[in-house]
Amino acid sequence: MAMKMGVLRTRHLIDVKPIEALREIRLAGGTLTIGAGVTHWVLERDRTVAGAIPAFSEMEHNVANVRVRAAGTLGGNIAFAEPHADPPTLLAALGARVVLEGSSGRRALAVDEFITGMYQTALGSDEVLVAVEIPVPARATRVAYTKFQILERPSVGVAIVASLREGRFADAPTVVVGAADEMPRRADTRDLAGADARAADTAHALGAAAQRAVEPVGDLAGSAEYKRHLVGVFARRTLASLVAQAA
Amino acid sequence: MADREIALRLNGARRRVTVGDHLTLSDLVRSLGLLGTKVSCDMQVCGACTVLLDGRPVSSCTTLAVEADGRSVDTVEGLSDGRTLHPLQTSFIAHAAFQCGFCTPGMLMSAKALLDETPSPDAETVKRWMDGNICRCTGYETIVEAVLDAAKATSR
Repeated sequence: MAMKMGVLRTRHLIDVKPIEALREIRLAGGTLTIGAGVTHWVLERDRTVAGAIPAFSEMEHNVANVRVRAAGTLGGNIAFAEPHADPPTLLAALGARVVLEGSSGRRALAVDEFITGMYQTALGSDEVLVAVEIPVPARATRVAYTKFQILERPSVGVAIVASLREGRFADAPTVVVGAADEMPRRADTRDLAGADARAADTAHALGAAAQRAVEPVGDLAGSAEYKRHLVGVFARRTLASLVAQAA
Repeated sequence: MADREIALRLNGARRRVTVGDHLTLSDLVRSLGLLGTKVSCDMQVCGACTVLLDGRPVSSCTTLAVEADGRSVDTVEGLSDGRTLHPLQTSFIAHAAFQCGFCTPGMLMSAKALLDETPSPDAETVKRWMDGNICRCTGYETIVEAVLDAAKATSR
């Protein structure tokens, strides 16, 4: 698509999708490893993925539309670093890492260190993104993601990863806001450790923290002001979805 | 830019064609006389150019023809055997699920991929699956009804 629009021009184009090793999904030692060439279509149907991290499976089921899921890969999605995307937001909240391989060897980077800006990443010109490693959350940890979307791209996505103890946040919840800003942003939620997750004032504070984390970019899907409003709404909805999950 | 020969199964028939590296799959099938596949937005948003690549729906306007090497490609022309219409086509006619018809080939191919995997979908599943195919005429209700009815006809 970027080539077609004349945004990218390359002398050579190498199709890495047929490489078998990039199409593996492996669950071992508490880590779910997904090859960069695995499509969203495969991820939304994969039982290992659904069993390990149901919220990730559900997010994949709602990426873009069915044609994008059939052709698009998780690795391609992250490496493109299009701000209006779902996976980077949830992956950042889950503490996922990308594995990069190049002429100087192999290295791993947190997803939110890998994405450095709008369409910008830390990928070296001699490197290939080969896999995504997601730490499987502990049993007591809850994961939720909700978004607002027009056509195939989200305008706002909010991910929350948190443990609850008797209805209260055991620690500061991890809240990541995506799509609204140039890259996924982490909200400062230190004040929410120990807060009652079901309380209205907690939802209000969490929504406000999410809004403070971003500098929304206005576009055809809405003005910056409108998106800031949406960030608050969807942060509260994501919290409601997290609270509603069975303990 | 180079030309290369690819082998594909196009609507069930084995074909060998020489294509430029830059050629899109939509341009390939249309150059072969299969004009049913429409290019509308030409940026993989509208779904008019949907074809099935190894049974999965893709935007042929942003798939390179060389990616079809060794794979199967199904276009709207493959739905009917030339005498009997596919149940989806019959159902689209019965429900008047089109007006200008430009989105229809893509709608039919998306719906075929759905019914191949999920023979008896509910209305919500149909809406979710088809939400990447844009129609500016019908308001979608008749399309959803047509797909649901075709599902009943094929799973009977």
